[in-house]
Amino acid sequence: MSSDFSLWVYLSQKPLTWLTLTLIAYAVADRLAAATKRHPLANPVLLAVALVGIVLFASGTPYRQYFEGAQFVHFLLGPATVALAVPLYEHRAEVLRSLLPMAAALIAGAVVTLASVIVIMVLLGAPLPVIASIAPKSVTAAIAMGVSEGLGGDPALTAVLVILTGVFGAIIVTPLLDSAGIQDWRARGFAAGIAAHGIGTARALQVNPVAGTFAAIAMALNAVFTALLTPLALKALSG
Amino acid sequence: MIVALSVLLACQLAGEVLARGLGVPVPGPVLGLIILLMALMARRGLAALMPAEVNDGTLEAAAKALLAHLSLLFVPAGVGVIQRLDVLGQHALALGLALVLSSILGILASAMVFRWVARCLEKRA
Repeated sequence: MSSDFSLWVYLSQKPLTWLTLTLIAYAVADRLAAATKRHPLANPVLLAVALVGIVLFASGTPYRQYFEGAQFVHFLLGPATVALAVPLYEHRAEVLRSLLPMAAALIAGAVVTLASVIVIMVLLGAPLPVIASIAPKSVTAAIAMGVSEGLGGDPALTAVLVILTGVFGAIIVTPLLDSAGIQDWRARGFAAGIAAHGIGTARALQVNPVAGTFAAIAMALNAVFTALLTPLALKALSG
Repeated sequence: MIVALSVLLACQLAGEVLARGLGVPVPGPVLGLIILLMALMARRGLAALMPAEVNDGTLEAAAKALLAHLSLLFVPAGVGVIQRLDVLGQHALALGLALVLSSILGILASAMVFRWVARCLEKRA
């Protein structure tokens, strides 16, 4: 028993353990998603996070220790973002033909998202710092946290809301646009990227390459647009 | 494969340097994406200056291998979130409601406007 325990103490401090756990949890989650024919509710991010969360909770492992191993996966987000240039390049003719619809959809999506967040939060009586924390939630975490902090929000709260928004958007986008009767893969992907940044883009890439391309563009455009729009909207609100 | 990964990392590094240097509110990797896109557009003319892997399909294969499992890369951040759900605090209900409704409205607005503008353009053409 005591030697088993010392083995566990040794292993639990190795990044290898947590890196392996992350990959296995994702492999299981991805199998489950594939088995349900990529049903939106069987979201691989959500499933893998739940599996890892259960193991960390059961073993009493702090997040800092887990991240020692998981950071190697997290690091790949950078090069993966750069890699989005490849589908973008391959579908460039379609992208160039869609510049006007993209510009209009960017403005509509960003403005409606931001306005509805602010109106709902004001109606429910939330204080300004909480509104500043949720306002940039649809853009990629690094940008959203910077915007939130600059406006007096809590970047940790923003990071949580960004991930929750990504998972929710990735789950809802398929049934929502099916029921709205929108079949154009460009429009579907673009909406996923606007509302659910990288996690929505990951979903779109698994459903259709054109949708994935347009999601990636929407994510990049919205990161800049919402970063500029949010301070203006909040200034109008407080001033 | 190693060269393809080096190209992706080099573009990201160049993007980070540009983002810091110019002080623009765009993440380094997004600028890296733009740099790689420009390199791909110019690759036929500049083939002599670029490693063979940029032109022979190796770069595409590596990029697609990475993107096929983009979901995996969000797992470490996602695990951090479920351990910090306490930050939602007393405003959890308002935050949840705003998150859900604004996501639904944002998706619908963006997809419907996209389709509407695309159809208007097709009719004129």
